[in-house]
Amino acid sequence: MTAIPLGVPRRLVEFTLDGQEARVPEGSTILDACRAAGKDVPTLCEGDTLTPKNACRVCVVDVEGARTLAPACSRRAEPGMVVRTDTERARHSRKVVLELLASSVDLSTTPSVAQWIKEYEAKPDRFGPDAARVDEEPRVDNDLYVRDYGKCILCYKCVDACGDQWQNSFAISVSGRGFDARISVEHDGPLTDSACVYCGNCIEVCPTGALSFKSEFDMRAAGTWDEERQTETTTVCAYCGVGCNLTLHVQDNEIVKVTSPHDNPVTHGNLCIKGRFGYQHVQNRD
Amino acid sequence: MDLRFGDSKPTDEERAAVDALLGPPESSWEGADRSDADLRWARGGREARDRRDQLLPALHALNDRVGWISEGALDYVCRRLTVPPAEAYGVATFYAMFSVRPRPATVLHVCTDLACTAAGASELCAAVEARLGPESGVKVERSPCLGLCERAPATLTIRAGESARPGVPPLGEFEDEAVQAESGGPGAAAPGDGKGKGRRGRNTLHATAVCAPATPAQAIAAATAPESAPTEPAPETAVPQTGTPTLTLLHRIGTADPTSLDDYRAHGGYTALRRAFALGPAAVIREVTDAGLVGRGGAAFPTGRKWQATAAQPDHPHYLVCNADESEPGTFKDRVLMEGDPYALVEAMTIAAYATGAHQGYLYLRGEYPRALARVTHAIEQSRTRGLLGDDVLGQGYAFDIEIRRGAGAYICGEETALFNSIEGHRGEPRSKPPFPVEKGLFGKPTVENNVETLVNVLPILTMGAEAYAAIGTPTSTGPKLFCVSGSVARPGVYELPFGATLGELLTLAGVRDNLRAVLLGGAAGGFVRPDELDIPLTFEGTREAGTTLGSGVVMAFDDTVPLPRLLLRIAEFFRDESCGQCVPCRVGTVRQEEALHRIADRTGAAAADDIALLREVGRAMRDASICGLGQTAWNAVESAIDRLGAYE
Repeated sequence: MTAIPLGVPRRLVEFTLDGQEARVPEGSTILDACRAAGKDVPTLCEGDTLTPKNACRVCVVDVEGARTLAPACSRRAEPGMVVRTDTERARHSRKVVLELLASSVDLSTTPSVAQWIKEYEAKPDRFGPDAARVDEEPRVDNDLYVRDYGKCILCYKCVDACGDQWQNSFAISVSGRGFDARISVEHDGPLTDSACVYCGNCIEVCPTGALSFKSEFDMRAAGTWDEERQTETTTVCAYCGVGCNLTLHVQDNEIVKVTSPHDNPVTHGNLCIKGRFGYQHVQNRD
Repeated sequence: MDLRFGDSKPTDEERAAVDALLGPPESSWEGADRSDADLRWARGGREARDRRDQLLPALHALNDRVGWISEGALDYVCRRLTVPPAEAYGVATFYAMFSVRPRPATVLHVCTDLACTAAGASELCAAVEARLGPESGVKVERSPCLGLCERAPATLTIRAGESARPGVPPLGEFEDEAVQAESGGPGAAAPGDGKGKGRRGRNTLHATAVCAPATPAQAIAAATAPESAPTEPAPETAVPQTGTPTLTLLHRIGTADPTSLDDYRAHGGYTALRRAFALGPAAVIREVTDAGLVGRGGAAFPTGRKWQATAAQPDHPHYLVCNADESEPGTFKDRVLMEGDPYALVEAMTIAAYATGAHQGYLYLRGEYPRALARVTHAIEQSRTRGLLGDDVLGQGYAFDIEIRRGAGAYICGEETALFNSIEGHRGEPRSKPPFPVEKGLFGKPTVENNVETLVNVLPILTMGAEAYAAIGTPTSTGPKLFCVSGSVARPGVYELPFGATLGELLTLAGVRDNLRAVLLGGAAGGFVRPDELDIPLTFEGTREAGTTLGSGVVMAFDDTVPLPRLLLRIAEFFRDESCGQCVPCRVGTVRQEEALHRIADRTGAAAADDIALLREVGRAMRDASICGLGQTAWNAVESAIDRLGAYE
């Protein structure tokens, strides 16, 4: 049984959210308050296991008295703050951000984005057929996972998961600048020449499917990937004594992907190469 | 941190360049040959990681010596500093002045920004590129504003490698043209312990040559032999008012020898610091607050409030950072100040640090300013030898020293938090605020960051007193202000006027030419005004009221010979190139803005209406949702050209 740490009781911060009184524990973000109040604010670079870089700017909200909009995912609630999530100004920025993203990268495997594009009436095609895109070929340089940077929105989550927020491998970073900025290993080489330890924790946090299991990538290419037909089974990894939870995604009686529950107090969604990719023996039927 | 390094090895020259900065490696953990002891003791940990801020100086050392950064060299730097190679690669590829691909040792930067474009930069560029082919050993790069707008069109040659001129110029005798810039921060010290390991090496020489105004022949001559390029004109040639008795900030430029500390003192130098010591830190902050000084970098934040907020922070140490990364197109006042009156900056930094309780100052200097680098380096060394910097400033028992950090070609590093990241050895990406620098700034400590001009204003505040200073200018914009006038004027340069003078007065002083079509205020991040708006008072409130901005004091006059759409396109290109890429509105928005301006370059009226609507929508999102001032202002100038000048009508 896992003990749930209670910690020191936190003071409550009171502020106004969309005209309603909101009370959240000190240190909470506006996004936390929105979610507690059941409001749907779109997010991409925010992740439940990471401190967001607030780079995508799709969660911006209107804070009274501020010159610019504030990212809900990072701005902490302050007493007396007056926040509106649904002003025309905030909606406009979200719409344009969605248009800018959808016109420059492939969002076909980004969950929820199609719904947001509809909701905000974003029209990514308005920039014309010649609008510059992040055209990158998928990088298939190892047997475990694929980096398809044509789908990358540069949310920094993989960099943070690989770096000081979780794995401390520091195998990837952002290189270049501006529109030419890309996630890459040193010297932009293949993964096999890098410090990557193949824990796959970057795949776990990737919001767009730019990073995916090779098995998923191949099945998508073959048109056989079908999440409807997949089952998810959470179990305990048998490799060592740490006791990480694994969630096995199974399609047609084959493991196609392994994740870990983000609320698991041991893993927080992270695994090592064995838990993440070492499942082939399970389906070796000889 | 478990780092993995590749198999590439540095060449002897690359190793020497890095070792000259960092000292020889102490163990095989840092890249030396392996000894028995290394098998028993691992060295690393926090102490090694704390030297991360030496990453940018180390990349400079390589670039200065070799001209580019190879895999082996980058790996060696990473070993020396315990930096993950992927991150170091991210840093090296962030800066425009570095290359991770082989390139010729000589790079000729041809400015293609606004003032230079108006002065025929395109023709210069084409002529130079045609004659300096791949076999010439010179790489021609189109560069953003080089800060030489008063002498447009401008070029800057940087040649890597040991200079043809032997020896380091001896201390005290400084060559005026400063073609030999010393690389590696003088007296660099680690942020943590204040000691650092063996990093006083400064024997990597490289050659630079500024050529402005440049003809193709002159630019090519300077690029082929930077060592023997003609001397740059003295800094006072950029100050048309030289000798006018009313000057406060510029009065020493052209009258005092910028290389002589004695001359500086003879012209009133160090009286302000003496007064500061007599007053004590709290009273100095009060004087600055009462004087009504606000930041001159563009944001106009009250300096006294910033100092007070930092001084009051319980966390220590406090840092002082001088932002000399002057990169706003059209701005060159800080360059002229540093070249013409470098001791004033040293003194002003000392006062600011004393008032805010800092003992270490950083001067983040634009990488494209070789003469300013040489002059300020020299001034700091002289001040140090004469006890005006160091453990006991002026015998007052107060310790303060300044370290210069060179930028490497990134406009964004002029943003205060991006500048911190750059010094710390990370990519120069802005941080999100709050927390503000006064609370968590450089190395996560309370930091005051001020622009060069802001700091230099502190000297007259202390010498003449807050009241007398506040009497200059208008009640809400106090003091003298420097304006960088360039473009279609007879006498371009830095002008000092009290706040409140009108745009027309300034332009008349500079000898504005006929056929004035537009004036750009505040640089690329500023806005255009019409020739019939010359009665706009040059104050923060006056420009705000007129719906424009004073920014950093850029006043660029354009006549009708340069098509406006071409200028707007250049501004859009500038922001696209200089966006750091962190947030979506700016990273993609600046690209979409440039694309739309391309489409309508030759269109007007209804044919341009759709794209103008698109520009407005994207511009609004950039202004509202970008992380930092770059994205927030990237649409300002274009918007003002459409709304005020009626571009595309």
